[in-house]
Amino acid sequence: MYDGRKHIILFFFLSIGIIYISRLFYLQVIDPTYKSIGATKAVHRQIEVPLRGQIYDRNGKILVQNEEVYNMYVTPNKVKHLDTLRFCRVFDIDRNCFDSTMKVAKKYSRNRASIFKKQLTKNEFAHVADAMINFKGFHFEQSFFRTYPGNTLANALGYIGEIPRKLYDNQEHRYYRKGDYIGLTGLEKSYEEELRGIRGVKYTLMDVKMNDKGSYENGSYDTVAVVGKDLFSSIDIELQKLADSLFQNKVGAIVAIEPKTGEILTMGSYPTYDPNLLSGKAFSKNYRKLISDPDKPMFNRTISAFYRPGSTFKLVQSVVGLQQGVINARTSFIGADSPMGCHGHGLHHMANLNNAVQYSCNPYFYNVFKRILANSTKKSPFIAAREGLSRWRDMVGTFGLGTHLGIDIPGEKNGLLPDLGYYDKIYGENRWKFSTVASMAIGEGELGMDVLKLANIMAVMANKGYWVTPHLISGVGEDNKGMKPERLQIHQTGIDAKHFLSIYDGMEQVLKAGTARQAYMAEIPILGKTGTSQNRKGRDHAIFVAFAPRDNPQIAIAAVVENAGYGGSSSGPISSLLIEKYLTRKIERRALAERMKNTSFKTVAATAAN
Amino acid sequence: MAGEINIKSGIDWVTVLLYLLLVTIGYLNIYAAVFDPEDPVSFFSLSHNAGRQLLFLGLSTVIVTLILFIDYKVYDSFAYIFYGFMIFMLLATIFLGTPIKGSRSWIKLGTFSLQPAEFAKTVTALALAKLLSTQGFSLKRFNGLWKAAVLILLPPVIIILQKETGAALPFAIFMVVLYREGLPGIYPGLFLGFVIILIVSLFYSKWYILGGMVVAGIFFWYFILGKRDRGRQILYRLIGLYLVFATFTMGLDFFLTKVLQPHQQRRIQALVNPDADPLGAGWNVTQAKIAIGSGGLFGKGYLQGTQTKFNFVPEQSTDFIFCTVGEEWGFMGSLVLMGLYLSFFARILYLAEQQRDKFARIYGYCVASIMFFHLLVNIGMTIGLMPVIGIPLPFISYGGSSLWSFTILLFIFLKLDAHRSFKV
Repeated sequence: MYDGRKHIILFFFLSIGIIYISRLFYLQVIDPTYKSIGATKAVHRQIEVPLRGQIYDRNGKILVQNEEVYNMYVTPNKVKHLDTLRFCRVFDIDRNCFDSTMKVAKKYSRNRASIFKKQLTKNEFAHVADAMINFKGFHFEQSFFRTYPGNTLANALGYIGEIPRKLYDNQEHRYYRKGDYIGLTGLEKSYEEELRGIRGVKYTLMDVKMNDKGSYENGSYDTVAVVGKDLFSSIDIELQKLADSLFQNKVGAIVAIEPKTGEILTMGSYPTYDPNLLSGKAFSKNYRKLISDPDKPMFNRTISAFYRPGSTFKLVQSVVGLQQGVINARTSFIGADSPMGCHGHGLHHMANLNNAVQYSCNPYFYNVFKRILANSTKKSPFIAAREGLSRWRDMVGTFGLGTHLGIDIPGEKNGLLPDLGYYDKIYGENRWKFSTVASMAIGEGELGMDVLKLANIMAVMANKGYWVTPHLISGVGEDNKGMKPERLQIHQTGIDAKHFLSIYDGMEQVLKAGTARQAYMAEIPILGKTGTSQNRKGRDHAIFVAFAPRDNPQIAIAAVVENAGYGGSSSGPISSLLIEKYLTRKIERRALAERMKNTSFKTVAATAAN
Repeated sequence: MAGEINIKSGIDWVTVLLYLLLVTIGYLNIYAAVFDPEDPVSFFSLSHNAGRQLLFLGLSTVIVTLILFIDYKVYDSFAYIFYGFMIFMLLATIFLGTPIKGSRSWIKLGTFSLQPAEFAKTVTALALAKLLSTQGFSLKRFNGLWKAAVLILLPPVIIILQKETGAALPFAIFMVVLYREGLPGIYPGLFLGFVIILIVSLFYSKWYILGGMVVAGIFFWYFILGKRDRGRQILYRLIGLYLVFATFTMGLDFFLTKVLQPHQQRRIQALVNPDADPLGAGWNVTQAKIAIGSGGLFGKGYLQGTQTKFNFVPEQSTDFIFCTVGEEWGFMGSLVLMGLYLSFFARILYLAEQQRDKFARIYGYCVASIMFFHLLVNIGMTIGLMPVIGIPLPFISYGGSSLWSFTILLFIFLKLDAHRSFKV
C-alpha cells in the first residue's frame, strides 16, 4: 500500500550519502586549505593562563599579590646527550629522584612535555638559567603564586590551589585542565571568575618532530590572554593589623562596617594564621598543620561561629518594643515582677528605657519582652505567645538575623532565630508560652548569631532603620565598577527612625557611666552596648557592639572575645581603640592598647597544654 | 527443528560480509587512532583501545551466536518486556550511575563502563515493531498514533534526564519508520520544514525567516495553487501551515537562546563560525576538518596520519574516528567507507521489503534508520555539516556498549530475516 514510500526513503538515504560524498570530495580534493598544513605540519594549541587579579585595600595598599615562579618541563624524546651528573648537581637532586621523574614523564608521553620540577623561585631560576643551555629537552614556563604583603586577613581572603578532582569531573564545559589553579575559599573563591581573567590560546604550527614552525594563519585564530580583574576591597589594612595585634592570645572575632554603604572595614577571626603559609611549595605541609590545630585558625568565626548575643540584644528588643507601641521611652517597670535578677544596682535602672540600656537591666527587658509577646487579642497565654512570637520574629528578622546577610564570601551561616515551628517541635503545639522563651528577652536562650550579624545590627542602629548588604569588595576591575547589584541591596527594617533615636542617650551613657566605662573616649561620642554571653563550657564570652560618632556615624563595630567574662573589660576597649584609629588615624591611648595586647584568654591549645 | 538446520542458508551472507568488513575497518582505524610511533604497541595488547575493541569483538561473537540460536519468535513475544526492563534500567542509571563529564548515564563494572542508553534504541525498535504490527493498528487514527509517540518518546526523555542529550537524538529517526508504515505525510513534511527552518535560522535572523515564509506562501498560493478549484480551502491550509511554522520559528529562537546550555549553544555556533570559540567546540570542528582535508585523494597511508598520530583530534577513537579514515585513506577511503555503509543500508531496506511478516519488516526499517542516523550525525560532524554531538559511528567507533548494541540490533534482524521463508 505504501510502496511509493519505500522509494522515497531509499532516495532520502542515498541523497544524504551523495551530499556527504560531495562535501568530502570538496574538503579532501578540491580545497587546498587543509592540504598544505596537514601534509607536513600540524597545528598545535597552546593555552596561556594569564596573571590572576590582585586585591587592594580601601586605600590602595596591596593585600594579595602575584609573585613569579617557574615550572620546569621535560620533553623526553628531546633529551639528548645529557650529562646527568652535572644536571643533578645544578638542580641539587639525587640520581634516584632524577630517574623516577624521567620515568613518569616517559610513561605519560615521549613527545609531550611533563612537569619535572615545580615552582622554582625567581632566584633559583636565575641561578640555573645559564646552565640550561647544556640541557636539551628541558624548558621553563612562567607561573605565579600568591603572596600577602600585609600578612593579614587570611580567613576572608582565602587561598587558591589545584582544582580538586570532584570539581574537575563535574565541569559542564571544560575550562579548567588538570592541575590548573582555582580559588578554593574566601574571596579567591567567590570572585574566581573575575580574578582568573580569560585564557589565551595560541595556535602554532609544528612539524612531525614537534618543532615550532611559526604561528598558524599569522595568529588570526589566536586569542589574547586577558589578565584577571583586580579587586578593590573596603578593608582598611591598618585597622585590620591593629585588630590582629589587639586580639593576640585571644579567641574571638571582630567586624567593623561602614553603616551607610555596608562596606566592611575590618574582619578578623582569631586565632588566625599568616596567609603566606598557604601558598607556594609549603602549602601541603602548612595546610596539614593548620587544619589539625585545635584552635581552628582556618575557621572563619566572623561568619560561621555563632554566639548568644547576650545583653547586646536588648537594643533590638528596645526598638521592637517601641515600634510595636508596647512601651515608650519613659515606660517604667519599677515594682514589676521578674525571675531575672539585676546586677545588684539601684531601682532607678528600671525607671525608664535609657536607664535600662545604660545599666543593662535584666528585669526591665524581661518585662519588655513579656509585653511584646502578650501583644495580642487572644486570651489563652499559649495562643497569645504564638501570635506575639510570630510578629516579634518577623520584626527581628528584618535585621537579617536567622538568615544569610549575603556577604560576598562563602561560608556564611544562618544562625538561629527561632520560629513557631522550632518551639512546636520541642514542646508540641500550644504547649509553650512566654515563660518558655523568656530568656530571649536578654539575648540568651535559643538565639545564635555570628559577629557579622552583630555588626550589622549596629549598622541598623547607626542608620536608624536600614542596612546595606555587607560586602568586602567595593570595586572590580580597572574602572572600579562591576559590582553585582544584588550585592549592594538596601534592606529596610520598617522600624521608624525616631525609635532608634530614642535610645541613643542610653547607648552613649553605657560608655560614659554604664557597663563599658573602660571603652569611653572623651573626643568621640561612641554609642554602644555590652553583652556577656553565657557559655556552658567555661567562662562567659565578652561581647561589645558600638557605632561612632553619634552624628553621621562612620563605623559600626562588633567584637567577641571568648571566655573573657564581662563585655566591658576586653571587647569594649578593643572596639574603642579601633574606632579611635579609624576616626582619628592614630592611637593616643597607648597604655590601654598595650594592656589589651598583653591580655590573654586561654585558647584550646593552651588549655590542653596544661 | 527445521528452522535451525537451515540457518546457514537462511542468513543473508551479503549483510554479514558487509558487517565483517565494517568491523575490520573499525578495528584497523582504532589501532591507527591510538598508534604512537615512538611507542608502538602490539595489535592485541589490552592496554589500549584497539586491543580492547578486539576483546569486545570477540565477546560479540558470543552475542551473535546467542541471538542466532534463540527462537526467532522470542523477539516478537518478549518485545514489550524488554522495553519495560529497559525503562527500568534507564531510570536506575540516573540514581546508581557514576557521573562522568556532567552526565549520569554510565554504570561502572570494574574497569569497564556500560551505557544503558545505547541499548535503548534496539529495544525500542522491537517494541515499536510489535506495536505497529498489531492487528487493527493504524497510524492514521489518533489512538494508534499517540501510542506510538509515547513508546518512542519515553526513553529519550529519561535519557535527557541523565543529561546525555546526544544519546536521545537518534530516536527522532523513528519518524522514517512511521512514515513507511502509513504515518500521514503531513508529519514528516512538517518535520522536514522544521529542519529546514532550523538550518536557515543558523544563518539568518528569525525575522527574515518569517518574512521569507510569507513571500513563499503568497508565491505558492498565487501562482501554483490559487488557480485551482477550492482555492479558498487551500488558502486556509497555507495560513494554518504558516502559523505552525511561525510559532516554531519563534519557539526555536527562544529555545536556542534561553533553554540551551551555553556549551550547547556554542556547539551550534561553532558550526556556522568555527573560529568564534576556538577553545571549545570550534576547535573540534577545525581539527577534524584539517585531519580529513589533509588526506587528499589517496590519503597519507596507514599509520602515517600526522593529525592522528599526534592526537590533535579529540575523541579520536570514538566520536571522531572518521577523521582517521579520512586522513590516512584519503577521498578514496572515504568513498569506499560511505559506499559500504550505503550498500549496507540499501541491503537492509531491501531485505525488509522482502519480509512477509510485518513485525520483521518494521524492525528492519528501524535497523537501517538508526544506523543511518548515526552515520548522518557522526560523519556530518566531522566534515562540519552537523554540530558536535557525541554519537558513535556504527561498528567503527571504539566502545563496548555501542558495538554490542549495534551488533544486537543487526543480528536480531538477520535472525528474523533467516526465517522469512518459514513464516506462513
